[in-house]
Amino acid sequence: MFDDFSSSYIIQHYNYWMVIVLMMIGLYIVVSRGNLVKKIVGLNLFQTAVFMLYISMGKIIGGTAPILTGNPDEVYSNPLPHVLILTAIVVGVATTALGLALIVRIRERYGTIEEDEIADIEQEIDRRESA
Amino acid sequence: MLSAILAHAPALQTVVPLIAAPLCVLFGRRHLAWFITLAASLISAFFAAYLLAQTLDGSIISYELGGWAPPLGIEYRIDAVNAFVLFIVASVGALVAFYARESIEQEIDPALHVYFYTAFLLCLTGLLGVTITGDAFNVFVFLEISSLSTYTLVALGAGRDQRALTAAYNYLIMGTIGATFFVIGIGFLYMLTGTLNMADLAERIAALGDNRTLRIAFVFIFVGIGLKLAMFPLHLWLPNAYSYAPSVVSVFLAATATKVAVYVMLRFLFTVFGFDYGFQAATLQTIVVPLAVIAMFASSIVAIFQSDLKRMLAYSSVAQIGYILLGISLLNKPGLTAGIIHLFNHAVIKGALFMAVGAFVYRIGSSRIEDLRGIGKQMPWMAAAFVAAGLGLIGVPLTAGFISKWYLIQATLDEGAWWLALLIVGSSLLAVIYVWRVVEAMYLAAPVQEAPVKKAPWSMIVPTWIMVLASLYFGINTELTSKAASTAADLLIQATQIEKAPETVPGAPAAGE
Repeated sequence: MFDDFSSSYIIQHYNYWMVIVLMMIGLYIVVSRGNLVKKIVGLNLFQTAVFMLYISMGKIIGGTAPILTGNPDEVYSNPLPHVLILTAIVVGVATTALGLALIVRIRERYGTIEEDEIADIEQEIDRRESA
Repeated sequence: MLSAILAHAPALQTVVPLIAAPLCVLFGRRHLAWFITLAASLISAFFAAYLLAQTLDGSIISYELGGWAPPLGIEYRIDAVNAFVLFIVASVGALVAFYARESIEQEIDPALHVYFYTAFLLCLTGLLGVTITGDAFNVFVFLEISSLSTYTLVALGAGRDQRALTAAYNYLIMGTIGATFFVIGIGFLYMLTGTLNMADLAERIAALGDNRTLRIAFVFIFVGIGLKLAMFPLHLWLPNAYSYAPSVVSVFLAATATKVAVYVMLRFLFTVFGFDYGFQAATLQTIVVPLAVIAMFASSIVAIFQSDLKRMLAYSSVAQIGYILLGISLLNKPGLTAGIIHLFNHAVIKGALFMAVGAFVYRIGSSRIEDLRGIGKQMPWMAAAFVAAGLGLIGVPLTAGFISKWYLIQATLDEGAWWLALLIVGSSLLAVIYVWRVVEAMYLAAPVQEAPVKKAPWSMIVPTWIMVLASLYFGINTELTSKAASTAADLLIQATQIEKAPETVPGAPAAGE
């Protein structure tokens, strides 16, 4: 196990390390930040890391775009993961847009986009209701 | 003519609501939008019933989308398992569309009605698409269509309570993390096998055998879908989303959204990952069984202490999902049958309960239990519907809930796990307590309001009672549900070949009769 874990092993898989680091940064921001916009930014980072995972898995070193050139020896990258990620990017954009739209509405009603202040206001509503 | 249309029933099933959705916005008239929604959801329900009738004998329909042959093209693959779920989603969708018209009148700003209908149709499209597709990435795309429209639907509750906005926001964050986990899992599977077609995936995974990438893929998919189906302790988004959403949205979500996620879990556990019984069985038996039991108790106890009826029902849903997961993770035929039957029965029961609550909100503008005092005399139809469905939730004989629990207890006894059977009975007693609290307030307490409350409108009473009568009918005549569920369980077990597994208890029939 540790024989595998040499510096060349790390370097050969550097794209995956980058994906893992980016993904964890994103997830950490979502969990740790109280600002709703920052949470959305974290969510974006998290999703982008997954896009990179897909894109790098389809890429072949020296491979070109998959276009018929008439040359049978042409090396080309696998287009399918790339196309899948086009779909996932659209989904990501829609999620971000909806998240930001919700934040605008939250700001209008609560006057803040800080999670702890919103929680205080909601507790206040709860108290008023049960009184 | 009709046969030419029916040949394309699998595609039309999802395409009809998808096309109807933008039409609602384009016409921009709310009554017309309601009519379009009702028509589209009835057409979907018709196709779903047709597909269920076709597959009930265990046959499989494979539909090539756009004429591209699988595994390269996207395939819609319908067997008894997803035909049954399609039927649940589409028929609940049609009833909810009928019910929605009056209900949103009170709860949503009339200017937003067309957007409500659009989001509702998109959500229906997404749920039907997730269920019908045989392509793993397609599942993700439809899952996100349904989720994004669900966040919008929940946020529409802001007209009544501003907390709907934060509920929708938190649901968005959790739901997106879940969906992204799911995509990571699919990515690993694609890296490993080079295919996305589920049937093809299952074959290639079986050929590869066990390896670490596959286990990681399994775990990512498991957690991702666990978030979507509100598996305890990943259920934190659910109580707020159900409580603050408009009542009609609560009805629809409680009856369909989590059920579809359970279906995806079943499909991946059994059909796609069917090869490695050891690792999966270990995950299910050491993680899911305890979590399901905790959900059954903890959520029921939390439900007892809620002052808001919708929130109480939301916690009860988490507990009921515990029963479904418990049935599935027993990994024998009776258990799977019990899980699938409860999927259906719980959809009907919870749908009826939330519909009754929707009518209370419509007339008195509150779903707090203390505001419902004396409502039993003022709104006799709806209160009676609530009681009848509540009995089903507890699992009283002659209701659908009893059938589910009967099968579930039988399944645990087949495994020799008598203590699980006791726990199921014990947690049902907790349901007695929280349902009784409401019944007591409705019938025995003095009315809270002096002014007479009018009866609920007929367009709400009729769909509610259809659901209630269905829950009673399927408690007495179980032919359809038990046949569909046991055919579905057979298909899933064939896919995994559970019979060959060494882990089964000696003496107990490994895969039923």
